[in-house]
Amino acid sequence: MIPLSIDAVERGLGANGYIPSRPIATAVYLAQHLQKPILVEGPAGVGKTELAKSVATWMELPLIRMQCYEGLDEAKALYEWKYGKQLLYTQILKDKIGQVLGEADTLAAALNKLNDFGDIFFSESFLEPRPLLKALQQPGGAVLLIDEIDKSDQEFEAFLLEILSDYQVTIPEIGCISAVTTPIVLLTSNSTRDLGDALKRRCLHLHIGFPDEKLEARIIQSRVPGIEAKLLRQLVSFVQQLRVLDLKKVPSVSETIDWAKVMILLHTPVLDVDLVRETLNVLLKFEADIEIANKQLATLTHKALHDAGVEA
Amino acid sequence: MALQATASEPLRRFLQVARGAGLRVSAAEGIDAARALDVVGFGDRAVLKDTLGLVLAKTPDEKGLFEECFELYFKRDEFAAPDAVEPPLPEPMSAQDLTIGGDGAGGQGSGATLGQMLLDDDRAALAAAMEQAAREAGLENIRFFTQKNLYARRILDRMGLRALEREIEALLQSGSDEAIVRAGRLEARIEALRDALRDFVERHLVLFARGETERFREELLKSARLSNLERRDLDRMRVLVRAMAKKLAARYAKTRRRRLRGQLDVRRTLRRNMGWGGIPFITVWKQKRIEKPRVMVLCDVSGSVAPMAQFLLMFLYAVHEALSDIRSFAFAGSLIEVSDILEKREIEAAIDEIMRTIGYGSSNYGNSLADFEDGWGTKVTNKTTIIILGDARGNRTDPRAEIMARLAQRAKRIIWLNPEYRSAWGTGDSDMYRYSAFCNLVTVCNTLRHLERAITDLLEGAAA
Repeated sequence: MIPLSIDAVERGLGANGYIPSRPIATAVYLAQHLQKPILVEGPAGVGKTELAKSVATWMELPLIRMQCYEGLDEAKALYEWKYGKQLLYTQILKDKIGQVLGEADTLAAALNKLNDFGDIFFSESFLEPRPLLKALQQPGGAVLLIDEIDKSDQEFEAFLLEILSDYQVTIPEIGCISAVTTPIVLLTSNSTRDLGDALKRRCLHLHIGFPDEKLEARIIQSRVPGIEAKLLRQLVSFVQQLRVLDLKKVPSVSETIDWAKVMILLHTPVLDVDLVRETLNVLLKFEADIEIANKQLATLTHKALHDAGVEA
Repeated sequence: MALQATASEPLRRFLQVARGAGLRVSAAEGIDAARALDVVGFGDRAVLKDTLGLVLAKTPDEKGLFEECFELYFKRDEFAAPDAVEPPLPEPMSAQDLTIGGDGAGGQGSGATLGQMLLDDDRAALAAAMEQAAREAGLENIRFFTQKNLYARRILDRMGLRALEREIEALLQSGSDEAIVRAGRLEARIEALRDALRDFVERHLVLFARGETERFREELLKSARLSNLERRDLDRMRVLVRAMAKKLAARYAKTRRRRLRGQLDVRRTLRRNMGWGGIPFITVWKQKRIEKPRVMVLCDVSGSVAPMAQFLLMFLYAVHEALSDIRSFAFAGSLIEVSDILEKREIEAAIDEIMRTIGYGSSNYGNSLADFEDGWGTKVTNKTTIIILGDARGNRTDPRAEIMARLAQRAKRIIWLNPEYRSAWGTGDSDMYRYSAFCNLVTVCNTLRHLERAITDLLEGAAA
């Protein structure tokens, strides 16, 4: 199922609770037509991981997620031999091996016989697939999310290149394994380090920034369905103003959603300064940021009310 | 197929423009762009922009560049300057008369066509003709602003200006009132055309040549003596220093351990395989830790060396993540620690403050070294690299070379960067050769390139 147009992507994701901006929809559309991975960059909490989840639910494909961290290697990302099972089987088959070899007269003949069995222990039944291999083996295709690729080592990044460009991996004992159905691959990065050019060249590069007021309102609307239009406008206006301040960590969409949920829980129809002050820790995660915001709380709240057309 | 070929032509030229603007577009990405455009087509400008942005621009900086480039390149050619040109013509002249006159001249070849277009004020046709002529004249090869007039002239020639000029001459000679008014109008229109063309050529210059000239300028700056820099180049230098430092930091910050091939770490292998009764399924190889260098920098900030010191400090703080520890000191007559100032403030402000506090005096190396040894000598360990930046001209004060000897024994390495050329060392009040005996490396360092090499040596030396 390949979407027919960019609008179709927009509608499809929208129906699954993810309101994409135009570039996001274009990226998803292109990724499927060109069979290229998407590298998603942007600040934390703007919905990078969420995008992958939504694509998976929309396309009705399994989501296979691989969280990257320093020291991640191919044994954890690609495949591992089931050593325990191999060991167990050799123990169990010990007697059998005696029978098999018993018929051989010479050492050379025994060795030959053994050779035939040797490969059994390194066949797919003893292979433990890890996320990457799993994604390639899904018969109907999959959405593969490689999360926070910037946290992994450079060597691992290089190791990914084969998968990203040809959708295949090489396992020394077995050979080359290609994807049954080409998976949709999304990589996310918080830009804690610069990724290599080789990796970037193989991907479509999507930068998700903070949404504008209209888009953010639509996102909150879809994520927090019960919210009143007036309150929604106030919340969004307030958060948008906060983002302009000189903060260590500006609130992102996920924080706005949390805040909206809090407001619903508290049954608040209209923002007021005290309430905002008490709930500010939902939006801001640093003491210094809260202090900065506290100083201007009255003005910010007033402006938010004004924008939403509510009389203070 | 034919359709695809025509569609790829604007893309090809856009790629050229994008490369000129500093986007690094590889051939593979060019192919991707073409494939992507096959999918989305040229129909919708916004989609086109999103698509090319996804394929070509791979960092936030590049996205910005790309957007600028896209807007410039896919800007619709508007033939502006409409009404401003009209006034010189006396109003009574009716449009009909002109058209008739135009028809009369119509048969005289390409010049007349240009005249016709001008008289009809047919902007679309003029724009198309200009594009066509520009392509024939090879406008995309323009590189320097001095070539502007040359290209403008070539384009006008190809549009048939000469014939038109002859025609105007003839009209003027004929002497009839109508002809003279017509000639006047044509000349005004040609003037307007020239203006439009100048804009057109300038835009192409910006599009195609900006990257080239910037690169040229940057190359020059990298090898320019830092003490000779002009004020207007400082900003650009700062950008360059950051870019260079970032490159180095990315290269050296990551590899902290290097595996030794083929040397089994028996202890850790056994530990790792306890679960299988010590049968070594997983092998662990011996590793060598690569230490991040600890650096102490002593910068001479007296008049002559100050610009150099500024860049060295900037460089070191930009590669900060590749180093485990930097402590910086500034000295002229005496020495103070400036690490705090540099940590807390923006580098430019910090350097200003340092210069105000201690800079610009006449230097006294002996005294400063003594200050260093008294205050921080015990902090120097066998892991410390000491970098001294200075010309070793102590104004005939006691050089106190014995302090250097003691420091050399304590420290892992001492690197001396001297902004003077080698031939000047040891002349006059220079004590370079007295100190050099105790340094592991003494090198000339007065351009950004030298600086880069020195820092690379420092980082590599630590890895060795």
